[in-house]
Amino acid sequence: MSVHFGGVTALSDVSLRAEAGVVTGLIGPNGAGKTTLFNVITGLQRPDLGSVHLDGTDVTHKRTHTRARLGLARTFQRLELFSTLSATDNVRVGLEASGRAAPATALGLLERVGVGAEAASPVSSLPTGSARLVELARALSTDPKVLLLDEPCSGLDERETDGLGRLLTSLAAEGRAVVVVEHDTNLVLRVCGTVHVLDFGEVIATGTPDEVRRNPAVQGAYLGHANDAREQADIGAEGEAGDR
Amino acid sequence: MSVFLSFTVLGIVTGAVYGILATGLVVTYNTTGVFNFAQGAVGMVAAFSYWQLWQDWHWPFLLAIAFIVFVEAPLLAIVVEFVLMRRIHGATVERSLMVTLGLLVILLGIATIFWSSPDVVRSVPAYFTAADGTVASVHLFGANGVTLEDQQIMIVAVAAAVAVLLGIFLRRRRLGVAMRAVVDDPELVAMAGAKPHRMSQMGWSLGFMLAAVAGVLIAPLVGQTGLTSTQLTLLGLNGFAAAVVGRLRNLPMTFVGALMLGLITQYCVGYLPGHINPGLASVLTEVVPVLFLFVVLLVIPAARLAPAGRLAVRPAPRVVTARQSVAGAVLLVAGMIVLGVMVGQTALATLSQGLAFGIVGLSLVLLVGYAGQVSLCQLTFMGIGAFTMGKTLGGDSWWGLLLAVVVSGAVGALVALPALRLRGLYLALATFAFGEVMYSAFFDNSSVISDGTSIGVGRLRLPFMHAVGDQAELIEVAVVAAVCVLLVGLVRRSAFGRRLVAMSDSPAAFATVGLSSVRTKMVVFTLSAAMAGLGGVFYGGQQGGIGANDVQIFASLTLLLFVEIWGIRTVTGALLGGMTAATLPVLQTHLPASLADLTGLAAGIGIVLLARHPDGILGMGWLTSRVRLPFGDEEATVGDLVLDHEVARAA
Repeated sequence: MSVHFGGVTALSDVSLRAEAGVVTGLIGPNGAGKTTLFNVITGLQRPDLGSVHLDGTDVTHKRTHTRARLGLARTFQRLELFSTLSATDNVRVGLEASGRAAPATALGLLERVGVGAEAASPVSSLPTGSARLVELARALSTDPKVLLLDEPCSGLDERETDGLGRLLTSLAAEGRAVVVVEHDTNLVLRVCGTVHVLDFGEVIATGTPDEVRRNPAVQGAYLGHANDAREQADIGAEGEAGDR
Repeated sequence: MSVFLSFTVLGIVTGAVYGILATGLVVTYNTTGVFNFAQGAVGMVAAFSYWQLWQDWHWPFLLAIAFIVFVEAPLLAIVVEFVLMRRIHGATVERSLMVTLGLLVILLGIATIFWSSPDVVRSVPAYFTAADGTVASVHLFGANGVTLEDQQIMIVAVAAAVAVLLGIFLRRRRLGVAMRAVVDDPELVAMAGAKPHRMSQMGWSLGFMLAAVAGVLIAPLVGQTGLTSTQLTLLGLNGFAAAVVGRLRNLPMTFVGALMLGLITQYCVGYLPGHINPGLASVLTEVVPVLFLFVVLLVIPAARLAPAGRLAVRPAPRVVTARQSVAGAVLLVAGMIVLGVMVGQTALATLSQGLAFGIVGLSLVLLVGYAGQVSLCQLTFMGIGAFTMGKTLGGDSWWGLLLAVVVSGAVGALVALPALRLRGLYLALATFAFGEVMYSAFFDNSSVISDGTSIGVGRLRLPFMHAVGDQAELIEVAVVAAVCVLLVGLVRRSAFGRRLVAMSDSPAAFATVGLSSVRTKMVVFTLSAAMAGLGGVFYGGQQGGIGANDVQIFASLTLLLFVEIWGIRTVTGALLGGMTAATLPVLQTHLPASLADLTGLAAGIGIVLLARHPDGILGMGWLTSRVRLPFGDEEATVGDLVLDHEVARAA
């Protein structure tokens, strides 16, 4: 698919596939088009070219809420919580939308992502990390087949990130297709089965974490980027860490 | 042919004035991020000032114009920017809308104080009028041609000059670029060395100056029989329509829209069978621009506005428990029974009216408070309810009540249907247009309700009660209001209520959990209109009828502002807002005549003072920490508006 904003090409002929049961990683420098891709997949943004298929059905011309009912859920990089509702109610809205209403389940989902203690808090009072997890719980409330997560780790500490990694693996093990946009290369290389690297709106590499790490084009894309030294180190160090 | 030409000339001339007005709107919107609902009101003040300085105080004509455009308008703009707008930068569309609506009613109130006494006819002569009263003109295209007044040529020339100069200013000059940048990020602009407040002042000044130019130009065209403040203010609507054609961004398209509007209006006046009904022409000039606005809003694809800002922190409203709701409702009825015995006739009537307004206020809680959809025409639905009641089986039957609720709900759904894809400001504009169309074409139409009269509405016939006195009526309204309180509480606790709040909080997330905002909006619009119609049944019964004056668009605005001032997300706020709207006109009668339009002024000043308190008086920290409200709907935490950059600074 392709997307242009005025003269700027946000996505150019990008094609990717998220398999059920696998965590698919999407990495790339800021402005590479990762969030735009999510917007197109969920129907918040119309592609200039291309199509979106969900479980074999063409949903390119379906509206966002219809796609959601067909099993697509997402979180947002810039948090999109129902800011005047409590954490429980945020999840309940999703549960009720998919006809699975029960406050007990809402609590269950919040506990599963690790913010059960915050269930009654208004989400506007939560720290970013917890708020992100509430958003994840809300995305899970519709029991999605495909889950798109936009930078789920930002705002989380190391321990929470580890927990999230395990959660992502178990979500995939339930047969869901999980797609993660993430700057935390550690996490991506540890939990993802497939990794796509996006740069300037194009997929420059696809493969297993190992293949991607060795790809010279990927190293090139990260060079000249502000964080390149650290991320190079991450990618290099991950060889051992990922195998442990 | 000459008829066609002369209507074309008239169309171009009025279009040129709308163009100037609309340009001001677009400039302010693009440099400050605020849509100035009061643009027409600023033009109105300028037109009256023109009359005041030139005709009444005999200032030299050119000096008067120069003073208004270059001194009065910018000064007013700077005051407005400093007192109002600076405090709401980064607020939601809803909030900035409320504040400019507040400015509108304040300006109207001021105009009413100075320029409403009926013993003076305030009219200004045409430009280029000779001492003997002849208007300078040229004749073109021979005997069957057209006569152009010099002032018409001048107006078009001024509009063209404005268009060209502004285009150059905004596109080429560094200042113009900086002004546009301020909308996005004042902090960043400040770091780049420009002064954001200065830029914002410039944006408001330019907008106000253009409004003043339009006001001064149009004064002789509309004011032969005397200028009126509401008529001039409503000219702002024409500006809105033109600005929407330009999608609030594009100046050339704004002018195109203005010319289209001017021409369509004049051709309608010229070619529709106005000679059959002499009143039709004046109705048309009022209705056509509004219909034009309504159609343009619906036709222009993807005419969506990104919110100019957002609320950084807004507390979760405490959800009322069933027990609190019932206790509050019982308290309301009991209180009214006690009050009904204690007070006199006038107060009884005021209380009943206040409760009827309160029911309309509760309909606003559902729509604006919970769902975040701003309606500026709620009294129109109230009027439809009262009208239906009055026309059904003698005007006092239960069938009438039922039908009133159904009909107003159905009309609400009909309005919602085309307006569903509109959000925020555009939705508010559409409801404004609808309210105005209904007023001009229906309630104020002498073939529906003859001039100066009203459609009789009876008091509901109650079983087991034969003598229906004022006290019985008060109790009756109190019971209905209590039922509405229970209903609103029920909605808020239901899955549907959570859905309304969720839709208002984040439309994007709302869709991604599989919810259709179209269906949700439709249901809440219908419910809200039906409840307003129910309020209308009792308003009509209390007043003895419903007339055009009851459903004026400015009255709708005032009620909305009062509910907003008290707290539009609380049932207490709705009831207090209704009471305020009913009480102030009574107070007015005890005050000196010079304080005309106390109600409007109070609404405007109130909303301005509370500009930073989106949850109104009832949401203010000092109150919620000291007082427990009935209905249990006090706020959980302090609800002041925290601006994005303040949050950033604190972090």
